[in-house]
Amino acid sequence: MCSAFPSLRWLAVAVLAALAVSGCERETRRFRELPATATAETAVRLSPLQPGPPVRQVRFKSAYEDNAYATSEGKRLFSQFNCVGCHAHGGGSMGPPLMDDEWLYGSEPENIFATIVEGRPNGMPAFGGKIATNQVWQLVAYVRSMSGLLAKDVAPGRDDALYGVPQEQATTQQHPVESSRPPQAEQP
Amino acid sequence: MARVPLAVAAILAVLACSEPRRDTRSPQAAATASPSFGAAPARKDTLPSPEVGARDGEWPMASGDYANTRYSGLNEITAENVGKLKVSWTFSTGVLRGQEAAPIVAGRTMYVVTPFPNILHALDLANPGSTRWSYEPKPVSAAQGVACCDVVNRGAAYADGRVFFNTLDNHTVAVDVQTGKELWRARLGDINRGETMTMAPLVVKGKVLVGNSGGELGVRGWLTALDAATGNVAWRAYSTGPDSQVLLGERFKPFYAADREADLGVKSWPGDAWRIGGGTAWGFVSYDPDLDLVYYGTSNPGPWNPDVRPGDNKWTSSIFARDPDDGQGVWAYQWNPHDLYDHDGINENVLLDLDWQGAPRKVLAHADRNGYVYVVDRTSGEVLSARPFHFITAYRGVDLRTGRVQPVPEKAPKTGTVVRMICPSAPGAKDWQPMAWSPRTRLLYIPHQNLCMDFESTDVNYIAGTPYVGANVKYYPGPGGHRGELSAWDPVAGKEVWTLKESFPVWSGTLATAGDVVFYGTMDGWFKAIHARTGAELWRFKTGSGIIGQPVTYRGPDGKQYVAVLAGVGGWSGAIVAAGLDPHDSTAGGGFVNAMKDLPRHTTKGGMLYVFGLP
Repeated sequence: MCSAFPSLRWLAVAVLAALAVSGCERETRRFRELPATATAETAVRLSPLQPGPPVRQVRFKSAYEDNAYATSEGKRLFSQFNCVGCHAHGGGSMGPPLMDDEWLYGSEPENIFATIVEGRPNGMPAFGGKIATNQVWQLVAYVRSMSGLLAKDVAPGRDDALYGVPQEQATTQQHPVESSRPPQAEQP
Repeated sequence: MARVPLAVAAILAVLACSEPRRDTRSPQAAATASPSFGAAPARKDTLPSPEVGARDGEWPMASGDYANTRYSGLNEITAENVGKLKVSWTFSTGVLRGQEAAPIVAGRTMYVVTPFPNILHALDLANPGSTRWSYEPKPVSAAQGVACCDVVNRGAAYADGRVFFNTLDNHTVAVDVQTGKELWRARLGDINRGETMTMAPLVVKGKVLVGNSGGELGVRGWLTALDAATGNVAWRAYSTGPDSQVLLGERFKPFYAADREADLGVKSWPGDAWRIGGGTAWGFVSYDPDLDLVYYGTSNPGPWNPDVRPGDNKWTSSIFARDPDDGQGVWAYQWNPHDLYDHDGINENVLLDLDWQGAPRKVLAHADRNGYVYVVDRTSGEVLSARPFHFITAYRGVDLRTGRVQPVPEKAPKTGTVVRMICPSAPGAKDWQPMAWSPRTRLLYIPHQNLCMDFESTDVNYIAGTPYVGANVKYYPGPGGHRGELSAWDPVAGKEVWTLKESFPVWSGTLATAGDVVFYGTMDGWFKAIHARTGAELWRFKTGSGIIGQPVTYRGPDGKQYVAVLAGVGGWSGAIVAAGLDPHDSTAGGGFVNAMKDLPRHTTKGGMLYVFGLP
């Protein structure tokens, strides 16, 4: 086969030689290490556990925590980005509930921001690069409002359309003709 | 220059293509093989015929037999002695999500697939409770984020020394029963398009039939046939799109004239909406060896909000009859044209040979989400009858002339408004939970709901890999206040013979036996045996968690009859417990939480197999 492609043999030799040469390169030792400063204090902290004496954490300040307009924008975006499909209106569905007091990945604004942008391994998609930063912060404000972490005058109102009529147990008597209810035979 | 990489790639490709080792079938496996893919003509007469029921004390596929009867000829456990039934042994699956699977029994081994992470346990029936091996497919964790209704799996399928099952992240896997080693694995879908796989495969003539899930995520539905020996795709039939992709060709002869136009899978949609239009095939598949046709249903169209998809939305919420060899459609029928309420058409089709108005007729029985029990001629696709088995406000019946269900206009959802008291609700009169048929009583045993709903359609955006629904909904009990029933149904007369009311939806499968006992489970954890003729309760046992699994029966290595069921609440109806949803939001869990607020007081999470036998 190689005789039919004489150039291939030379190419193979060249590639092998290149591999051999590059394989001989030794790892260079670093004589000047990186400065041994502490890791950034501002990193988003996901765990309350920290070894050794407590380290001060620099808090993010979300611009929207006390802004009713931004929070209601967050509510609108929560539906438009299909968050509502997984978390319902806070009660959860395919995703966990957001209106309760259990936070798998932290309840601070920076935690929720990171969760939205980075995604989480058990099914939360990574929305980084898909939603503008200010809109993520608006979503963060709305998510926190659902579990009462924002002031009441900031949190948007609940949609009452579906909840309005107390008809849960009421049953209409009218029933389409030709579609009679199956005879409810007596319990045996 | 590009030749070397090409050559390397070619070598890799050849290596990768080397055929998986064909297992040498052990005498035991040969003796117990039920659905065969040996393609030997002599095998044909050994296939279960539609009404025979599970063969010889085994349970090789989720439905028990090709006809989906869930009937077993075993009769050691009878209506007279079932009261003495005791727990023989138990096994913890190790996973605490909804256990919808049917345990599969072949030879001296039982195969149980857990919910995500879809571990396949092979349990030694001669040494109850111990595993021969466990196989872990390790599906990606992120798949849980696109599973609409808990991370369930509905069971495996056994054929010729292999067990086949699906993983939540869209792999079909074949495992050697002797070694527990993977023989092949085929990746069939993409979670980034919202796809998952939850259904139990069916093995027919050397092909493994599998379908996808994701009707709530704008997934385009399909049924795929894989070569059981290699895992190579033999054919794939989409539910929407051009006839060339739906595999509708010369042989396609739907019964109703309106269905005979070409490319309805495109023309009955606005623009390209069929590409994200649902029609997933996540239910059970049945097979008639005499007609050589497979039958299966397709899911709701996406999104739920019907305003954005004018047209019939073919072939969602439909049934296909296909040739298992090449997938070509022979007939199709749409249960719910332009579905308004998430009324999937995936419910199982039970193949029966009935005396119909004085003449024997090959039919299939199907209890649809829309509240009607259909009897359909399975050779032609003609609807012979459609009778209500649930309180219905949303439809006026089925026009047998055109085959079309008649929606009630006042109950049609409109974007931006709330429509109340729609019955049946979105999970329908009956969801996936399969019914059973007893040839002795000639009755169907239908596990179902009694729920109505309020439905608010909203604007909706398609973002691949996220829900594509466009509706806020909440469910509540229908007339009577109970949420579930088990009904005995006479398909010939088209009427209910008796019904048992249950507080919660009956989300478990059913099992009928030659001992005239019917088994089912409740979401508050009662496993019940009732008299197949009268419905009288004969026995009950409280399991550790709610039951949404499929009861099965088999003959153990000791020759005795056993009944097995998985307990472990979850699924769509039980997500309030399995996923810890918050009942303060009525729309949680796709609206189901509103109807299940009290479930957490009656059961907790579980994942336990219970096997019962006579002392």
